[in-house]
Amino acid sequence: MNPVSLQDYLVVSVLLFCVGLLGVIVRRNILVIYMSLELMLNAANLALAAFSRFNNNLDGQVIVVFVITVAAAEVALGLALIVALFRRRQTTHVEDLATMRL
Amino acid sequence: MQLAFFYLFAFLTLLCGVLVVANPFTRNPVTSAMFLVLTIVSMAGLFVQLHAFFLAAVQVLVYAGAVMVLFVFVIMLLDLKEEEQRRIKAVMAILAAVAVAVIAVAMIRTIKQSVVGFSLARPEVEGSTIELGQRLFTQFTLPFEVLSLLLLVAMIGAVLLSKRDLK
Repeated sequence: MNPVSLQDYLVVSVLLFCVGLLGVIVRRNILVIYMSLELMLNAANLALAAFSRFNNNLDGQVIVVFVITVAAAEVALGLALIVALFRRRQTTHVEDLATMRL
Repeated sequence: MQLAFFYLFAFLTLLCGVLVVANPFTRNPVTSAMFLVLTIVSMAGLFVQLHAFFLAAVQVLVYAGAVMVLFVFVIMLLDLKEEEQRRIKAVMAILAAVAVAVIAVAMIRTIKQSVVGFSLARPEVEGSTIELGQRLFTQFTLPFEVLSLLLLVAMIGAVLLSKRDLK
């Protein structure tokens, strides 16, 4: 019998998600905001894996594999965008990037 | 034993997660990236606890290996100096913390009140990479192929965006 319940994993997942959310709201460096987004994705992955285990269904794990792949693609594109933006504006501070115009 | 490992890895994950976002000593993005690596590795420990061994391996290989190396490379490339001096507005930070705490409390209360299943996986199914691969290539073939296309698009997009002049 597993003494760790599904609720415990979900609480960890929620807390990690909220830490990531706080980072997205509070931090002003676009790279750190991006890392906080990764934190939120990871929290969702943990919840999916926990549901998968406790519901005796592997579909959750398949979805986690998909999420990790999409996250990798997203990071590659997002960082390319940040580098392109930095070349134009010489900053990664979001308050300096308030206009849509380049 | 299992409980001890769960609490150890959960604590490490959350601690390093907090240090990614709010490190009291430095605001250097490189430090954040390093703590994000630690978060990801300790989360791989949680995946092992969940008997998702393949996911734990993928987590370390793809996230800690590929994604974080990309992050650190970009941080090095961008040469961020003036970042450290900027102040975060205290009122904003406190307001945001309160709002996020309210969301957290609401979600945790919902989780605690719900009576979700406690049944454990059958031993022949749990964590089996064979089973996972079979699902991936039979039931989920179409999403899998779409994902490969997505990766191709991301690759082309990254190459285009990194060119000097966006023409």
